[in-house]
Amino acid sequence: MRAYDATGHRRLLTAALVLLIPFLGGCDMVVMQPSGDIAVQQANLILISTILMLLIIVPVMALTIYFAWKYRASNKGADYAPDWDHSARLEIVIWSAPLAIIIVLGTITWISTHKLDPYRPLDRIDAARSIPAGIKPLTVEVVALDWKWLFIYPDYGVATINELAAPVDVPISFKITASSVMNSFYVPALAGQVYAMTGMETKLHAVINREGEYEGFSANYSGHGFSHMRFAFHGLSQEKFDGWVAKVRAEGATLGRREYLEIERPSQRDPVRHFGSVDAQLYTAILNMCVDPAKMCMGEMMHIDMKGGAGVESHGNKERLEYDNRYQGPLTVPGMLHGAGAGAKAGPKDPHAGHEMHGDDAHSHGAH
Amino acid sequence: MDFTQLIFGRLTLDAFPVHEPILVATFLVVLLGGGAVLGAVTYYKLWGYLWREWFTSIDHKKIGVMYIVLAIIMLLRGFADALMMRLQQAMASGGGEGYLNSHHYDQIFTAHGVIMIFFVAMPLVTGLINLVVPLQIGARDVAFPFLNNFSFWMTAAGAVLVMISLFVGEFAQTGWLAYPPLSGVDYSPGVGVDYYIWALQVAGVGTLLSGINLVVTIVKMRCPGMTLMKMPVFVWTALCTNILIVAIFPVLTATLALLSLDRYVGTNFFTNDLGGNPMMYVNLIWIWGHPEVYVLILPAFGVFSEVVSTFSGKRLFGYTSMVYATLVITILSYIVWLHHFFTMGAGASVNSFFGITTMIISIPTGAKLFNWLFTMYRGRIRFDVPMLWTVGFMITFVIGGMTGVLLAVPPADFVLHNSLFLVAHFHNVIIGGVVFGMFAGIYYWFPKAFGFRLDPFWGKVSFWGWLIGFYLAFMPLYALGLMGVTRRLSQFEDTSLYWYFVVAGIGSLFVLGGILAFIMQVYVSIRDRERLRDTTGDPWDGRTLEWSTSSPPPVYNFAFTPMVHDLDAWWDMKSRGYKRPLEGFQPIHMPKNTGTGIILAGLSVVLAFALIWHIWWLVIVSAVATAAVAIWHTFDYNRDFYIPADEVTQAEDERTRSLAGGSV
Repeated sequence: MRAYDATGHRRLLTAALVLLIPFLGGCDMVVMQPSGDIAVQQANLILISTILMLLIIVPVMALTIYFAWKYRASNKGADYAPDWDHSARLEIVIWSAPLAIIIVLGTITWISTHKLDPYRPLDRIDAARSIPAGIKPLTVEVVALDWKWLFIYPDYGVATINELAAPVDVPISFKITASSVMNSFYVPALAGQVYAMTGMETKLHAVINREGEYEGFSANYSGHGFSHMRFAFHGLSQEKFDGWVAKVRAEGATLGRREYLEIERPSQRDPVRHFGSVDAQLYTAILNMCVDPAKMCMGEMMHIDMKGGAGVESHGNKERLEYDNRYQGPLTVPGMLHGAGAGAKAGPKDPHAGHEMHGDDAHSHGAH
Repeated sequence: MDFTQLIFGRLTLDAFPVHEPILVATFLVVLLGGGAVLGAVTYYKLWGYLWREWFTSIDHKKIGVMYIVLAIIMLLRGFADALMMRLQQAMASGGGEGYLNSHHYDQIFTAHGVIMIFFVAMPLVTGLINLVVPLQIGARDVAFPFLNNFSFWMTAAGAVLVMISLFVGEFAQTGWLAYPPLSGVDYSPGVGVDYYIWALQVAGVGTLLSGINLVVTIVKMRCPGMTLMKMPVFVWTALCTNILIVAIFPVLTATLALLSLDRYVGTNFFTNDLGGNPMMYVNLIWIWGHPEVYVLILPAFGVFSEVVSTFSGKRLFGYTSMVYATLVITILSYIVWLHHFFTMGAGASVNSFFGITTMIISIPTGAKLFNWLFTMYRGRIRFDVPMLWTVGFMITFVIGGMTGVLLAVPPADFVLHNSLFLVAHFHNVIIGGVVFGMFAGIYYWFPKAFGFRLDPFWGKVSFWGWLIGFYLAFMPLYALGLMGVTRRLSQFEDTSLYWYFVVAGIGSLFVLGGILAFIMQVYVSIRDRERLRDTTGDPWDGRTLEWSTSSPPPVYNFAFTPMVHDLDAWWDMKSRGYKRPLEGFQPIHMPKNTGTGIILAGLSVVLAFALIWHIWWLVIVSAVATAAVAIWHTFDYNRDFYIPADEVTQAEDERTRSLAGGSV
């Protein structure tokens, strides 16, 4: 199928959907009109599945209204068969009609779920183009923080907060993790979402096909700053992307472990920030929950476990394995009730207080 | 540890939100309203009556009514939350910040979900089953009458805890399933999650016990002749629902227990660190959570089956296939839970498996819809209020079913998961299915419970309010979901969303109208009860056994245990010229009322409150007291009595006279 046809089809089908739901006219349905090949295929899947199901939904709705009207009590002319309660032929139809549709839909599901598995590297740029030989995918390491996004570009040694950019028609390989609670990494114009979880890495492969500025956000509630956990995603031409990387690099700030521990603390409505150089081990350390050098890396712990565990003496490791502690400290009010904004929660007992982590409070705590 | 902390735990004056104007106003309204009710009860000297006839009653009919009253009260609270969210989202999408900060807003959406599922939908379902099932199977009561009363009060105790959290402390800000690590003590150190845990644990005791009770009742207490395949469909759905409850609620209890161990004693089941795994919680909670939605919807399916057949004046089409469809749904509901988190990184084959099992559920569900459709076919359909709800359901539910199957396709779910499309979907099936079904059931069985009908005019106003309100409130949410708007947001940057939220807000006002019309309907019906009186006991020309006895039924339900020869037992009796027995009545063995249920539930509230606020001495005292009362109750052998034959004869003679008067 040629790309152009697919788009034409989709418009037609979208128009059909618009007729169904009266509120859709004129709105910007990014999910149905995305700009990345993966999201385009997902939108097509929504349309195909909807049409398939309408084959049975529409007759049911029509029959409901028709029977309700025709067999109303006041219509004495209609047949009345009070004891008619079984018909083998009808039973076969009412079980097999939904079955037939589910067989088709199930097949589509099996194939599309494997084809659009976010972990599966792309095999095409879009419906018409396969991946040109020699093209190297762009790797982006995504970290969901309280409540902002950190993007690390290991190929370029740069990083950003709340801003993501990628060249068009180049496969992007996202590696996704989080620093504290669960979030979901989602750019509707680009591809479906994947959860971001602490100490774990999820993956997403996608490609953006059209230049433009798109919206990204967390799609899984993660606490008080969740509403503002948004970022801009720029789809850029290769030259503009190179220019963007150069700009980020030129802006010069450094992102090392110490800076990360500061950024990691809860804050809201963070402005976009650029880092010209990044500690190459930082992402691995974040993933292993050991950016703080006093902590034991998950990898090491798993290694000990694999060797049969460390026995009683492992008790000494407990403190090095305690990670979820940034909110601890004396409670200012029972139940952390009022005006407990994000920043206020990181109490004086903050474990990193000794590491001069309070340097830029207004910044890391946000203005909210 | 200082002295006040020893006495009050972490409860201090700061826990009372005196500087939150919204909460203070709410508190005053509750105080005035509650004070008025309590004052009126005292003024009319009703406390004794309420205690003797209702609170301590072990009569399944009264307990059923109390469940439904609880659900309606909690509906008002849960719906107030919904209105506040609609207002906030409309204001915030119009370019402002709205009137709620995230601390308050996040509690509201959490409380809304928890209340609507656990304290509205569940009590409605359990209440209706309690009221109707023993009558439909020709039994005198449930299998364990005291347990039934205790179950109700435990459910009410859970609701009380949620209400206390409004004015003392705070409620969880985690979403209604409280995913860790957010709900862990490190990220939610306050009392909110503890209120959540203990409210659900206390109510869960009630739900589980009532589930066991009703399973035993249906399995063991059917009247002679009522084989499994002669049970009314509502009884079948009640059986399947309660089997589901018995199977899944222990999972919820265990999951929340593990979460509370994490929070109270520092274990690491669901923490990020020390080998904990939050993904395990997500799995466990949905192993409970998915079957739970079938717990709610199956009885609604049962109501529609009864209503459609009664008001079409026809036997239900495809009874056998209806029963098997119900069983298939019951079993399949266990193997679909993963579709709630396709986006958590499972492999394609796992995701496809759970996507396809989910779709398969639509086959028996579709068969059910066709069965209702062909019950209407060649019927004589009377459009009384329950039938309006049923037709409204059939049209609305298929849309929700369709969007549900859509969400079951994993790649489609990747773009729709957690969006307002998903929110619209589950409200579509819960309002369009469960709520419509429960309102149909309440209208249908109200005359059985009270001896007079509900006023049809206000019933129709209520129906149209809910129906129009539902479409206005949730169709814009489907569209917003396709525009990439996710759920649980309190702030928006895109002001083009404004009008969608305004329309949704107007829709919620229509639903408000529907709720107020329902309350008006109850008021008008009680006022005009003589006009709406039903002396026949069979106002709808019913088909099942509950219509064979008087309305309201005597405390013993049936003077003689009925004999069943056909699926539509009462219809069959009527068509064979059934004559009521007029003499030969025997004394009837009945259970006695007891206040133990309400006392135990009250102690459980104290225990939970003490646990929430870390008031350890009170934990010990109330735990010991609870155990002591429970043990003491087991030594109370004076639990039954006989209704003398004279009294039965008197009651039955009265009915004979009333029937004769009614037929003039």
